[in-house]
Amino acid sequence: MLQARARAVRARVLRMAHAGKTPHVASALSCVDLLVALYFSALRIDPANPEDSGRDRLLLSKGHGCMAQYGALAERGFFPEEVLAEYARDGGRLAEHPGPHCVPGIEAATGSLGHGLPIGAGLALAAKVRRAQYRVFVVLSDGECFEGSVWEAALFAPVLKLEGLTAIVDYNGWSAMAATRPAMEPLADKWRAFGWSVQEIDGHDVQSLASILGSVPFESGRPSAIIARTVKGKGVSFMENDLEWHYRPPNDQDLQRALLEIRE
Amino acid sequence: MRAAFVRGLTAAARQDPRVILLSSDLGFKIFDDFAAEFPGRFLNVGVAESNMIGVAAGLALGGMSPFAYSIAPFATLRCLEHVRNDVCYHNLSVTIVGLGGGYSYGHNGPTHHSLEDIAVMRVLPNMTVVCPGDPVEVEQAVVAAAAHGSPIYLRIGRSGDPVVHTGPVRFQIGRAITLRDGHDCTLISTGNTLPLAVEISDRLRASSISCRVLNMHTVKPLDEAALYACAGENRPLFTIEEHSRIGGLGSAVAEWAAMNRISCPLHLFGAADAFAECTGSQAYLRALCGLTAEHVADTIAAKLVASC
Repeated sequence: MLQARARAVRARVLRMAHAGKTPHVASALSCVDLLVALYFSALRIDPANPEDSGRDRLLLSKGHGCMAQYGALAERGFFPEEVLAEYARDGGRLAEHPGPHCVPGIEAATGSLGHGLPIGAGLALAAKVRRAQYRVFVVLSDGECFEGSVWEAALFAPVLKLEGLTAIVDYNGWSAMAATRPAMEPLADKWRAFGWSVQEIDGHDVQSLASILGSVPFESGRPSAIIARTVKGKGVSFMENDLEWHYRPPNDQDLQRALLEIRE
Repeated sequence: MRAAFVRGLTAAARQDPRVILLSSDLGFKIFDDFAAEFPGRFLNVGVAESNMIGVAAGLALGGMSPFAYSIAPFATLRCLEHVRNDVCYHNLSVTIVGLGGGYSYGHNGPTHHSLEDIAVMRVLPNMTVVCPGDPVEVEQAVVAAAAHGSPIYLRIGRSGDPVVHTGPVRFQIGRAITLRDGHDCTLISTGNTLPLAVEISDRLRASSISCRVLNMHTVKPLDEAALYACAGENRPLFTIEEHSRIGGLGSAVAEWAAMNRISCPLHLFGAADAFAECTGSQAYLRALCGLTAEHVADTIAAKLVASC
């Protein structure tokens, strides 16, 4: 059941942030349901064969949310649970932003914003040129949409009719220091105007997410964009919509409180 | 060198179906034949260099061997972080083609000059920096780049660059080519100063100075074996490049010399640490920073006298 998977991933995110004493816990919680819907339903992937040439590709362009990705990949069986202990540890494989192929399932290094969509467009173009069947999903943050390169790629993909490409904006309304809506709205209209086929959905309704993500492309000959309405820090009441949790690692007490809430 | 690039790319694309060319809206008409011969393998991505580099990285992740083409400062500086993170960090088979190295775009002004590109590309991990010296080398360098398997910055001139290699030449990335032998000193050139370096050597010969010309077309990695062979004679080394004296070939040779306790004198010829203060042709701007056969030959002759 997807909700149970999401709860397990949220617990991992909290434990990683706590053990690693790292920031961005709220950013990771924001995209847990998206990633669970992708890894456990929409993506055609095989954890036992992570380099299969026909696999669907998922790029977490908001690389600072990677605790959710690491947690989801472990949950999906891409690598053993104990690898997560390497997060933010000296000599470990898991940095606070994912390195190239640092663990199975990571398709591209991200961390600097505005890189995932151009790379994803290139991957989708390669599929088209080589007549491969894989699809490419790119998860962006709304703060990331301030980057010009996002819109360079947004212009490019519809011209090339990259219907194998889907951009998903984790629209939680916050960048690192400010509310994003004044600049972003109307965000769906912006993507539509650039030539994308757009749907707006609740980014925490994991069942609906799974069915919508599984239905791309929405229109033949167009890339798809999903504006996922999310809550930064989702699932932990005292972390929700509080920018403090873009920075602050959970202490022992925070972790216990948060884990109790996640179980509900 | 532009036409030679297209010839080389055509040859590479015939051999290798992974070769694909991206341009950020540069190369009016020159890619028409390529596009006709290889449908779907030429793409004008628009005036958007960051996206071009990211797309190139994605194509390489998807198994292609892309070339990303623009005027040198736009292909390197404009999208530098994309080159670093998307291409170099992933160590991908992407060739970034910088057209118009140095002052090739003369009257277009400093926005179009490229006097920093070698320095900036050289510092990037996994990047190989190749600056062919004439159209013959460009053509072979493109074929070599397509098969290289890791990031390459290919710095070429513009159009009208003279042919230096009148006979057959075997171009290998990382292997310097000796164009003139000599025993009094060595002039090491990279990129489009090669014809000038040969002219300087010929001019010195008329003054009974025997100056070897070493074409260090690959600035990273340096051909250290070739450098050691020259330095072993303990004769002065000179470098010449149409690039800032900071960070380019001269700097690379100086770093090598310092780290390997090379004791022979070393002098750098190149552009000043400055933007061009007036408009000028390539030849005019070269002359302003002393990159003329006469000035360099005279300086070398004077340095040789001083070092005797």
